Amino acid sequence: MTDIAWIDLALASARPKALGALLRYFRDLDTAEEAFQEACLRAIRTWPEKGPPRDPTAWLIFVGRNSGIDAVRKRSKLQALPDEDTISDTEDAESDIAERLDDSHYRDDILRLLFICCHPDLPATQQIALALRIVSGLSVPQIARAFLVSESAMEQRITRAKARVAKAGVPFETPSSEERAERLSIVSTMIYLIFNEGYSQADPRHEAAAFSDEAIRLARLMLRIFPAEPELMGLLALMLLQISRRPARFSAEDEIVLLEDQDRSLWNQLFINEALALLDKALRHRQPGPYQLQAAIAAVHSRAKRAEDTDWVEIDLLYRALERIQPSPVITLNRAVVISKLHGPEAALDLVDPLGEKLDGYFYYHGLRGNLLKQLGRHGQAREAFDRAIALAHSAAEAAHIRRQIDKMQQEAGQAAVK
Amino acid sequence: MLYAILCYAHEETVFAWTKEEEAAVMEKLYAVQEPLAKAGKLGPVGRLMPTTAATTVRKGRDEALVIDGPFAETKEALLGFYVVDFDTLDEAVAFSKQLSSVNPGSTSYEIRPFYVFRPGDAAS
Repeated sequence: MTDIAWIDLALASARPKALGALLRYFRDLDTAEEAFQEACLRAIRTWPEKGPPRDPTAWLIFVGRNSGIDAVRKRSKLQALPDEDTISDTEDAESDIAERLDDSHYRDDILRLLFICCHPDLPATQQIALALRIVSGLSVPQIARAFLVSESAMEQRITRAKARVAKAGVPFETPSSEERAERLSIVSTMIYLIFNEGYSQADPRHEAAAFSDEAIRLARLMLRIFPAEPELMGLLALMLLQISRRPARFSAEDEIVLLEDQDRSLWNQLFINEALALLDKALRHRQPGPYQLQAAIAAVHSRAKRAEDTDWVEIDLLYRALERIQPSPVITLNRAVVISKLHGPEAALDLVDPLGEKLDGYFYYHGLRGNLLKQLGRHGQAREAFDRAIALAHSAAEAAHIRRQIDKMQQEAGQAAVK
Repeated sequence: MLYAILCYAHEETVFAWTKEEEAAVMEKLYAVQEPLAKAGKLGPVGRLMPTTAATTVRKGRDEALVIDGPFAETKEALLGFYVVDFDTLDEAVAFSKQLSSVNPGSTSYEIRPFYVFRPGDAAS
């Protein structure tokens, strides 16, 4: 096997497990990272010649551990370096490690590794950057390009975030089942943030667009080591359903295409099928959670062959359940869309207006409000809401979408005046 | 004789393929399949959804147990299968070797002759 691409893949997929195990061993993120780097270098040197080891992850942990010990010794200058030979014959030791390392070992290692990136003192963007750097192994320039900052700024940001995490201390004790559930939920949120960072990009060639795939990869990894967690199934299902629509979300002119106007034949049916299977599985556990409910809502849309076939009653029920377990004005705002489908714009507006206090700085609030006012013929107020939305838009595509709504409204108003 | 050729591989690696890598692999695999398909000897070829999407029903004491998984206890998972018509095992081995040579992962192929009980029509 001389295919370097295969080695890259094997290294990337072994990274969270191997780095997690090295972190447990060295209890220091920098040492663990250096050790992993060194192990990867040796893998690239020896695997093409000798062929891949039976268990790449165990090999990397073993070699990384030895080189990490060397590095620590070198720094402390206490002992002479061992021969290169002592680590070159890794076959026996590797299989020994492989036997002792099953998924239950990796479980807490990986969870810890992801968890330290979610340090509550770090703003979300730093959590994402740190996770992408440490867990996913993306390069600083890659991350910098995605966040539209200079490499040196990103380097500094990551260094600072690491320092803050190191200062806070990494929890190494085995978490109780409650703590584990809490960590799992924090990590899930972070994975979803990574997903959204990529998903919000209109342009699939944009650097950040790849984050969505990375988030899905991380969720798969989590689900593989926590295979009976319905919320992880829900999270993965939700992301698969959302990304299944990516080919239909933007027109050739990069304009936003609303869900109801999307060409559903462009939706990725493979992703949808997998998500529906996962969601069915999750619901069997009878432990509903926000990701399962959001995925269930997305699934109702995916099951509808045409927009007009959408089961809005079902979606309304799911949103009500979501409001109960996770009350939030954003969820109520989303339910207002459903209410407008079921009971018209007037009823929806009654639900939307009281949210103004909390959602005044939210693009979608003003966008939806403008749309409802427009439907009711209150064009002056609609115009005000749309202007506010444009001021809050995150991307050119969002602003352009609202501008088209205004144009349409003016056209209609113009036609009405002529009549 | 009908053979099922079962494809086992590291799920993590295979599902880490990018779209481009996936497409490149599939193109090579299709090239291997094409002559068989033309000769009318290739049956359905399936890719299984990942084991995370799987559910297992296992005989329990009173009632059958429904559990998640198969869990990743097994390093290599069954990821897909071919149904092919060969006269001899040698042919099946040769075909599997070809598949293996174009597949970049550490994939193994298990060859199992089988009988058809019901041809079925769900997939058509």
